[in-house]
Amino acid sequence: MKNRALFGTNFAKAFGKAWLVGGFLFLYLPMITLMIFSFNHSRLASHWGGFSLEWYRKLADDSEIINGLWLSLKIAVASATGSVILGTMAAFTLVKYRRFKGRTFFTGMVNAPLVMPEVIQGLSLLLMMVAIQRVIGFPERGFFTIWLGHLMIGMSYAAVVVQARLQDLNPQLEEAAMDLGARPWQVFTLVTFPMITQSLVSAWLLTFSLSLDDVVASAFLSGPGATTMPLVIFSRARLGLDPSVNAVATVMIVIVAICVALASIWVARAERRRAAEISAAQRDDS
Amino acid sequence: MALLKKPGWWRGRSVVIGIPYFWLLLFFLAPFLIVANYSVSEMGAIRVEDITSIADGAVKLTLKYSNYVNLTADSLYWHAYLASLKYAAVTTIFCLLIGYPFAYFMARSRQSLQPTLLMLVMLPFWTSFLLRVYAWKGLLDEGGWVANIITGTHLDQVLLALGVIEAPGQLMHTTFSLVVGMTYTYLPFMILPLYANLSKMDLRLLEAASDLGATPWVAFWRVTVPLSKAGIIAGSMLVFIPCVGEYVTPELLGGPTTLMIGRVIWDENFSNNDPPMASAVAVILVLLIVVPLAIFNKYQVEAQEARK
Repeated sequence: MKNRALFGTNFAKAFGKAWLVGGFLFLYLPMITLMIFSFNHSRLASHWGGFSLEWYRKLADDSEIINGLWLSLKIAVASATGSVILGTMAAFTLVKYRRFKGRTFFTGMVNAPLVMPEVIQGLSLLLMMVAIQRVIGFPERGFFTIWLGHLMIGMSYAAVVVQARLQDLNPQLEEAAMDLGARPWQVFTLVTFPMITQSLVSAWLLTFSLSLDDVVASAFLSGPGATTMPLVIFSRARLGLDPSVNAVATVMIVIVAICVALASIWVARAERRRAAEISAAQRDDS
Repeated sequence: MALLKKPGWWRGRSVVIGIPYFWLLLFFLAPFLIVANYSVSEMGAIRVEDITSIADGAVKLTLKYSNYVNLTADSLYWHAYLASLKYAAVTTIFCLLIGYPFAYFMARSRQSLQPTLLMLVMLPFWTSFLLRVYAWKGLLDEGGWVANIITGTHLDQVLLALGVIEAPGQLMHTTFSLVVGMTYTYLPFMILPLYANLSKMDLRLLEAASDLGATPWVAFWRVTVPLSKAGIIAGSMLVFIPCVGEYVTPELLGGPTTLMIGRVIWDENFSNNDPPMASAVAVILVLLIVVPLAIFNKYQVEAQEARK
């Protein structure tokens, strides 16, 4: 029992709190520093030369970054949409269909891109595209090939997110719909879909941000004239510190933070509404 | 089960299974086979006719292993493979050392606080990986505030003694900056599966351990840790496997002494314009991670089954 006094109550609590605070500082301070230095008048990261919006002004005239951002956004929207569609199908397959030929193999292929080093995925897709192009003259490297690469990676992430939600669903709801005569497609659109909408939204946002951020696969799959924003940032970061990168970073972080905040407010509201509806329905019964 | 016999259901089922299956075969598996094929060919000779020939009416496959011979002959490749495994392992250990207590205290914190904490851990996922690595460049470069703290407290002498930096005050482009950067970017991947696992643990087991006379410390090591094995393995694999093939972090934060295999593949393809050699390097990399990948997959499947 004497160990409990040492490790049990107050000390452990304080230690735990300190660890959490330290961990969060480790996670957040670098990003905060990055954002603060985007307002630095000085070019040097080591020296604070006073507040300035100079780098943001430069950013507005930087056609390389703006074109890159535009291309990145287009690719991200297209690949997030595709990823969610394919990922939902894959998640559905994994959760609902317990037995089909090659299920283990399929599971492996869905999970592998989550951890597979991107250089391998980038290189292998590139070589395949080159081989296909040699035979049929299509696809030219650019938007389409980058989109395919992002779709490959995003699909697995979307599948994992949607799968987690599908597993938590009560299968009796779908069974009840089927017993009441709904066709499988109707069961999906009328019963399953409304219940997994939130996970579809978060899967879309996640794959969108993954695509918006991707360097390695994009570098392998991009062609002349198709330089996405991360590729521009990466080539500048390689050369050294560049305050305009800090400014882009700040803009991106703010945009993403707003999107995530809006989405989570929406999700929380939908959650509350559903809880309210369920409790109202239960009151009607009794 | 009767539902499965309805004809419409059947058709829908094969479409739902078929599309992602076909997609993965086409864009995940087939490219690998192409890489494998490239790896046994030579520059400029990448046609089926080159590696097959018809002799005595039978198709003969001539494989050119020269890329693999080069791989074994040149010590650069071995060093890069070993370095990748080493840095990935060190990063995994650091993520576990920081992430396990973090996930543990998160899972034991006030229930009402947990969604917020979880959200705060997830948030870095939404910010760019590239920018998170870039942020460390500013911190560790000469004059960055982290660098100032480290040199100010003479911690750089310790790092120098450990051999992770080459000169006092020179923190960037060293083993140290590489491992810090990778630990930073991959830490959430360690915390999330551990938290998912630890937050579901039945706390009555700890009470039972305590009733049976175990001190909290003993109970932690003999009950909590063994029960969180699945989370530890999932988190470690999520960190280790991508780290082995990491490219962006070594390029931005690593230095001449920290050559990793992802960079070798990149350079072979882009600088040397030698896709066959890049493919051979990639094939060996796949072989290196296939075992951890299988372990990861096994636990992923088990976790899915456990949820039901």
